[in-house]
Amino acid sequence: MSLLEVRGLKVHFPIKKGILLERTVGHVRAVDGVDLSVEKGRTLGVVGESGCGKSTLGRAILQLEPVTEGSVVFDGTDLSTLNGRDLRAMRKRMQMVFQDPLASLDPRQSVESALSEPLRTHGVKGPYDARVRELLDLVGLPATAANRYPHEFSGGQRQRVGIARAIALNPELIIADEPVSALDVSIQAQVVNLLEELQKRLGLTYVVIAHDLAVVRHISDDIAVMYLGAVVEVAPSDGLYDGPLHPYTRSLLSAIPIPDPEVEDSRERILLRGDIPSAAAPPSGCRFHTRCPWRQPTRCHDEVPLLRTLPGVAADHTVACHWAEQIAAGQLQPMSPEEALIGAAGGASEPGSGASNRGDAGLMPPAADPR
Amino acid sequence: MTVPGTAAVADAVPGAGSGTPLLEVRDLRVTFSSRGRRAVKAVDGVSLDVAAGSTVGIVGESGSGKSVTSLAALGLLGKRGVEVSGSVRFDGEDLLGMPEAELRALRGREIAMVFQDPMSSLNPVLTVGRQITEILERHRGLKGQDARDRAAELLVSVGIGDAVRRLKTYPHQLSGGMRQRVMIAMALACEPRLLIADEPTTALDVTISAQILELLRELVVGSQTALVLITHDLGVVAGLCDQVHVMYSGRIVESAPRRPLFADPQHPYTTGLLASVPRLDQARGIPLLPIPGSPSDTLPWVEGCAFAPRCTRQVPECLGAPPALLPARGAAGGAHLVRCVNPVEDGS
Repeated sequence: MSLLEVRGLKVHFPIKKGILLERTVGHVRAVDGVDLSVEKGRTLGVVGESGCGKSTLGRAILQLEPVTEGSVVFDGTDLSTLNGRDLRAMRKRMQMVFQDPLASLDPRQSVESALSEPLRTHGVKGPYDARVRELLDLVGLPATAANRYPHEFSGGQRQRVGIARAIALNPELIIADEPVSALDVSIQAQVVNLLEELQKRLGLTYVVIAHDLAVVRHISDDIAVMYLGAVVEVAPSDGLYDGPLHPYTRSLLSAIPIPDPEVEDSRERILLRGDIPSAAAPPSGCRFHTRCPWRQPTRCHDEVPLLRTLPGVAADHTVACHWAEQIAAGQLQPMSPEEALIGAAGGASEPGSGASNRGDAGLMPPAADPR
Repeated sequence: MTVPGTAAVADAVPGAGSGTPLLEVRDLRVTFSSRGRRAVKAVDGVSLDVAAGSTVGIVGESGSGKSVTSLAALGLLGKRGVEVSGSVRFDGEDLLGMPEAELRALRGREIAMVFQDPMSSLNPVLTVGRQITEILERHRGLKGQDARDRAAELLVSVGIGDAVRRLKTYPHQLSGGMRQRVMIAMALACEPRLLIADEPTTALDVTISAQILELLRELVVGSQTALVLITHDLGVVAGLCDQVHVMYSGRIVESAPRRPLFADPQHPYTTGLLASVPRLDQARGIPLLPIPGSPSDTLPWVEGCAFAPRCTRQVPECLGAPPALLPARGAAGGAHLVRCVNPVEDGS
């Protein structure tokens, strides 16, 4: 049985208007019907661009966001049925690693205090010195680090502290939200290797959320590609690069630069025009149809595609596209990006890339279209 | 702190070719100092040439001095606590000694810059149209409707549809990718001869970043405008740049045309960077080989190679005099230079 099972998960944030009498004028569908499962000891990568709902998904799995609909089953227990004490006890087994350790660690808390805090919170009896030293050793920091403060460390070392804090309670599941994207290139590999090593030593299960497909592919056994709140393709890591089935996955793969001039000069590029539409008013039918180079006149705009297997493709590789067979067989040819784009010319409705995908996705569109 | 003694062997100049280059940087040094703190040498003797119409990449991690190099060259660093020495010549004219008014006239008209975060480089209280027409008025003398027409044309050229309406929008009403397009339109407004793009795609999403790189490729590569692309991403320069300079701790450590650089990298830092990033087109099982330590690990003294504390190929000579930038093994015509006493032999 899977350690983590996500079924039909929806997280909708209300858009409020009015000052005194707030009323809900709509919803940002940050996560809109996601099914996933992760086996014990394996790594699931979730990739997508900003605003696709991947971070909200991660937080909703840990019940850090209110779940609108659907369920998260962890080791046989539906988390939405828990509250208070039971949920807290369960949280011991599920931890999170955040993107920016400088923001997620308290600047006035020493490393020793930061690492013993989760132990104290969850009622582990002290003294904690030995465990703190053990944790520092696990993440490759010297024991002297215990008395130091976050600002005294480099970015990579800080992320090690963040990881040590996450594993302090011997969790089974770790959700890592962009664990390396704030780090320098030469440091990213250190943290990726550390995560892999800890998985082997401690038998951890990971959900790694990131926008960098190359990093995700390196670390994950399976990958789920998200677009605008929905999963469009799930595949084993190798299968995804060798035979992407969804048009969005194809363009995502072709958009990632490869550090090799020979490859760069010869590879096929599928450029998308426009930006991600607003999650407050996602396109009808297939969410990707407004930008899809393979869009067809039927089905794409009015029928929501579900994740399904294809004949002749491994059963663990699923895709949500009506025309995946025909595209894979080369029977359909892509349009030029200009032809492919419909709706908002250039698409001003997407919030800034750096913006958090919470709420502001919904606040943007009305203002974005000056008449 | 004093400038260290000159190296025993003079550095070769990367990217130097025949004829006068458009931009000529010689021995540029930038030191930041503030009271009560140790002075920081951000740029430590950088020399490079940018030929007219060429595309040059500067690759480095944060703190390598890649951005400070370009800011110092354009006189954008401010005066207080900053010491800039060396020479920067644009089309034969010395930029470092140039009066501020002249420099201001040059920037925007002849030299333009695109920054990483368009939201903080655009004025939030002026419409996009106003910001573009301002440049045209100032440097081109266009006024009123002429300026607005030209601004709309520029927006169309960077792939923004419905340009006339977009001129009336404010930066916050545009998405990140659109804002960066506006920045590029502004930079190209006066058809500059040099465009410096400092991490133009870092703040953007993967598919949007591919659009912007494609746009730069279309607009700049093959045109009369020379492009200096500053980035931390080796993948970005691999597809775009004629000449690539790899910087570490304020110095150029390796410099080569992109094909030799990626086919036969010789500085341990370059090979280390290449081995530490996972590649999409390679099999998954290949373990990543990280560079140990972090960029803030430096020698406690001034001399020596700055990368030595992290280098797996360190030999005693590394800690002596700073190595010079010399022609690399097997390089023809001095196009491939490396600053290392013990370069990597098998470039893989």
